[in-house]
Amino acid sequence: MEFKKKTNIKLSIPTASMPDIIFMLLIFFMVATVIRQYSGLKVELPDAAKIQKLAVSKRHIATIWIDKNGNVVMDDIPVKNIKNLRNLAYQKRAADPQLIVSIKADKYTKMNTINKVHQELREASAIRVNYSALPGEF
Amino acid sequence: MIIGKKKEKDVEIPSASLADIVFLLLIFFLVTTSIDTEKGLDLVLPPPGNEEIKIPKKNITNLFINAAGQAMIDNEVVDVNQLAGIIKEKLFENPLLIVSLKTHKDSEYNVYVHVLDQLKKAGAKRISLADPDEE
Repeated sequence: MEFKKKTNIKLSIPTASMPDIIFMLLIFFMVATVIRQYSGLKVELPDAAKIQKLAVSKRHIATIWIDKNGNVVMDDIPVKNIKNLRNLAYQKRAADPQLIVSIKADKYTKMNTINKVHQELREASAIRVNYSALPGEF
Repeated sequence: MIIGKKKEKDVEIPSASLADIVFLLLIFFLVTTSIDTEKGLDLVLPPPGNEEIKIPKKNITNLFINAAGQAMIDNEVVDVNQLAGIIKEKLFENPLLIVSLKTHKDSEYNVYVHVLDQLKKAGAKRISLADPDEE
């Protein structure tokens, strides 16, 4: 009895459409990427249980960092005098009516600073805010 | 003189390396993308202006936070962690209730966020920030 060597069947995954698939992925990531990234101040965020995702995309977010010494930074611009925050916020608000201000404040910040920031934001009509927090039960 | 038709030359951009270039770009964007992970507590601040809106007194609950991080609701000191339950009961009695939140200037942001968190837990939609006392 003779054993015939099996014929080699060529198995290959079709690769002709691979560039198309990669192109699609590329376009997805290009659209999803927002290059603008701010470094901000070093803060220790508070924790909260009922947190939710920001309702708008990153493009409509202005971030205010407040550290525990009371330093305030808005989108990489240090705010020396708290009164200057009004102008900054007003310009941002005028350029983008959907603006949400994300407040990243240290958990040991005094409410004095936060209240002042609130007042300035109110005057600038940037009244939609979001207090950044980490998920957690306290 | 015979003018011959020019031979058609095959002019092509080599596309064999296209996939590689696209791969490189893909990897670049993959690395630079950070999928949104920002989360937090939403709040709408009171609109600017000082005009007072008349609200019946029975629809307002005053909530104070003092410098020591204690919460006081309707002149009664309560534990921050119990706020959700208390507010929920009050909301059940009066769905139109507005919580007016006032913080002492030396109180910590941490406590404020916890109180807001408790209010969200209780389902209080109408939160008002009282102007801090000028000293």
